[in-house]
Amino acid sequence: MPEKIKQVTLSNGLKVLLKEIHTAPLVSSWMWYRVGSRDEVTGATGLSHWTEHMQFKGTPRYPASVLDRAISREGGVWNAMTFLDWTTYYETMPSDRFDLALSLEADRMVNSLFDEKDVASERTVIISEREGNENEPLFQLGEALQQTAFRVHPYHHEVIGDMADLQTITRDMLHAHYRKYYVPNNAVLAVAGDFETKSMLARIRELFEPIPAGPVPPRLARPEPPQRGEIRLTVEGPGETAYLQIGYRFPSASHPDFFPLSVLDSLLAGPSNPNLFGGGISNKTSRLYRALVDKELAVSVSGGSSLTIDPFLYFFTFTVHPERSPEQVLAALDAEIERAQTELVSRQEIARAIKQARAIFAYGSENITNQAFWLGFAEMFADIDWFLTYLDRLAAVTPRDVRRVAREYLRPQNRIIGAYLPSGEGA
Amino acid sequence: MKTKPIHPLPGADDVYRRVLPNGITILARPNFNSAAVTLSGYFAAGALAEPQEKLGLADFVASALMRGTQKHSFDEIYNRLESVGASLGYDSGVHTTSFGGRSLAEDLPLLIDLFSETLRTPTFPADEVERLRAQLLTGLALRAQDTSDMADLTFDQIMYAGHPYSRPGDGWPETIRSITREDLFDFHRSFFGPRGLILSIVGGIDPQRAADIVENALGGWQPDEQKDMPSLPPLKPIKKTIQKKYRISGKSQSDLVVGTVGPRRKDSEYVAASLGNSVLGQFGMMGRIGDVVRERSGLAYYAYSNLSAGVGPGAWTVSAGVNPSNVKKTVDLVKRELERFVNKGVTKSELADSQANFIGRLPLSLESNGGVANALLNIERYNLGLDYYRGYVERIRAVTPRDVLAAAQKYIDPERLGISIAGP
Repeated sequence: MPEKIKQVTLSNGLKVLLKEIHTAPLVSSWMWYRVGSRDEVTGATGLSHWTEHMQFKGTPRYPASVLDRAISREGGVWNAMTFLDWTTYYETMPSDRFDLALSLEADRMVNSLFDEKDVASERTVIISEREGNENEPLFQLGEALQQTAFRVHPYHHEVIGDMADLQTITRDMLHAHYRKYYVPNNAVLAVAGDFETKSMLARIRELFEPIPAGPVPPRLARPEPPQRGEIRLTVEGPGETAYLQIGYRFPSASHPDFFPLSVLDSLLAGPSNPNLFGGGISNKTSRLYRALVDKELAVSVSGGSSLTIDPFLYFFTFTVHPERSPEQVLAALDAEIERAQTELVSRQEIARAIKQARAIFAYGSENITNQAFWLGFAEMFADIDWFLTYLDRLAAVTPRDVRRVAREYLRPQNRIIGAYLPSGEGA
Repeated sequence: MKTKPIHPLPGADDVYRRVLPNGITILARPNFNSAAVTLSGYFAAGALAEPQEKLGLADFVASALMRGTQKHSFDEIYNRLESVGASLGYDSGVHTTSFGGRSLAEDLPLLIDLFSETLRTPTFPADEVERLRAQLLTGLALRAQDTSDMADLTFDQIMYAGHPYSRPGDGWPETIRSITREDLFDFHRSFFGPRGLILSIVGGIDPQRAADIVENALGGWQPDEQKDMPSLPPLKPIKKTIQKKYRISGKSQSDLVVGTVGPRRKDSEYVAASLGNSVLGQFGMMGRIGDVVRERSGLAYYAYSNLSAGVGPGAWTVSAGVNPSNVKKTVDLVKRELERFVNKGVTKSELADSQANFIGRLPLSLESNGGVANALLNIERYNLGLDYYRGYVERIRAVTPRDVLAAAQKYIDPERLGISIAGP
């Protein structure tokens, strides 16, 4: 990775990261805000995600229809995402038309309308989004695990929010949330692509520096007390297929143990793909695939964590074989975990995990939108150095590190086991 | 890594094309900014050749190719791939089986080697076939619970009744159970061969060298027993609007599809229909459909139209996911939009928006190796000419509102729509 990244903090506190890439006539910009579902209290769950929706409803200068039309006419794409710790907005545009994206982000940091009528129509859109999610057994199961794992910490609810709150959140709650968190000193702007750094920075200063800083909004963080034993739960619903999902308490992305755990994840469940764009690779020679899918206990297995500020969960997810039970799958998983806790992995296995990570990085680099994504994303849970040193830190992992973290984190007392039990009805 | 100046759009001067004596066509274009390479392509072996009682056979074969060869077991094949972070896979459609893979550029010989091996000498080991069968059956159980999949499938059954396009590519539980190992071997022997195989390679490798690697691995393959696919029978259009519901209880949301049969990719109206479809349900936040169903009525999180033109007449549909109590209201709104589209067409300014979008988005669709590889395959499949993308702007700009109206009226009859709903 040849990395020449310009980092600047403007006088109002807005952090800017720029990276020139001249492989295609494109520029991608990402505006990140340090606000997500973990900043929401009971009664206001889903507020960050809904605020994100309202950011597409226009400002006096750029009414909704004008904006969407202007970006789409240039062949650009734009969208937004809300997660536990952050909310982000991006535009990828032909490089000669890029100014529109910057003007728009500067404008909607301050001037979004939050019209009462738009709030009403977006309420039913988001309820419909949630109903679509509820159609999926794995959403139901994931939601149950998450709310069980976090009673105190605000990671307890899904990003989309609880139905009760989606029905009662008001326009003023949304607008207050926007005013509180959408300030330049709570944001990071990352731009990558076909531009010249000096003129890009000058234009960013011109557009963003007039926006005054606000009080730095405090993050909501009530540490989750230690878990005192294994927790098991079941979710019942339509269908014929059972799922087993196990969530292990996992450290934050900036914790040193995150790297040996990433190697362990790669060995057990296949390498995770942290890119937003640019696919991953299969996991058919991972230990769990061999032990569970090849042995016909499950028909699929996956594993992965999220890159978060506070400790969250690592999930193993199994689609249970139609002739087997979740208990049989769990027993086979436990045998593999025990193996990782007792036997040292070979150095070749670690080298393999690193080569896989290198290939996944190369795939992600084909895409300018993905490269710009990483610039800002890394700032949301650590900093850009996390991304730049990722492969080196994986390479420094030893077999003993892997065994140690397997013992420390993959303990029964550290997990929540959820089974989706199908009613056998539905069709 | 060296950086070569290269035209942002592929053309005759930078796409390398080689046809092997056995009938394989290789297309390649370099991208020295990338450390990786993408392989993709297809050949004529698809669900069209399946007997009614063996639906899902082409799909079963495609999935089973990677499960063992004369030289390597399933685990050995994937171990070689995954150890270097590479991927390879097959998928089947009605007309063709397609393949795709990628690796770091240094590992292309390994990728091509495994491609050749799995394509030519699969052994369909009995235990692997049974393992795969259980996985396919689980996939079908999940499909039966998926409101979006079942709305699509039900739509095809309405619109393409009696035609191969009405049949699900992944079959039915009873047909998947009836497929034997012998069926897999027969299908492979009959339809797999080098004749008509098209393959593209894009990435950080010299195109001639890439072609040499392919020729080395596949040049000796002879089309001894390779049969032609049966031809696509004509489609009998429906005589009036038909609506069907597929019931899935316990779900919070229903999916609906409203639509008709669109043009083939090679039909002269295709470009106008495609621009019209953009105005109808793609442009920006999903065109007129998105505006009416989502923005103004707040009925759905997703609502859009889709034109899936291919070798044959693909579907031209509007899809949305809505609360079960809003199905009728949404269907009525969509029908009204289709009537407006057919009666009044699109305005000059709406068309200009979509034309600008089609032209402006080219660099984005062609920035990755996979994007270029797909573009090269499209050029070959539909005989568009290697300079197709360089002449794209003129071709798009030439379309008028009158052309769009003519295409809309030729394909969409608001009195003869297929309407499918899947949900509680």
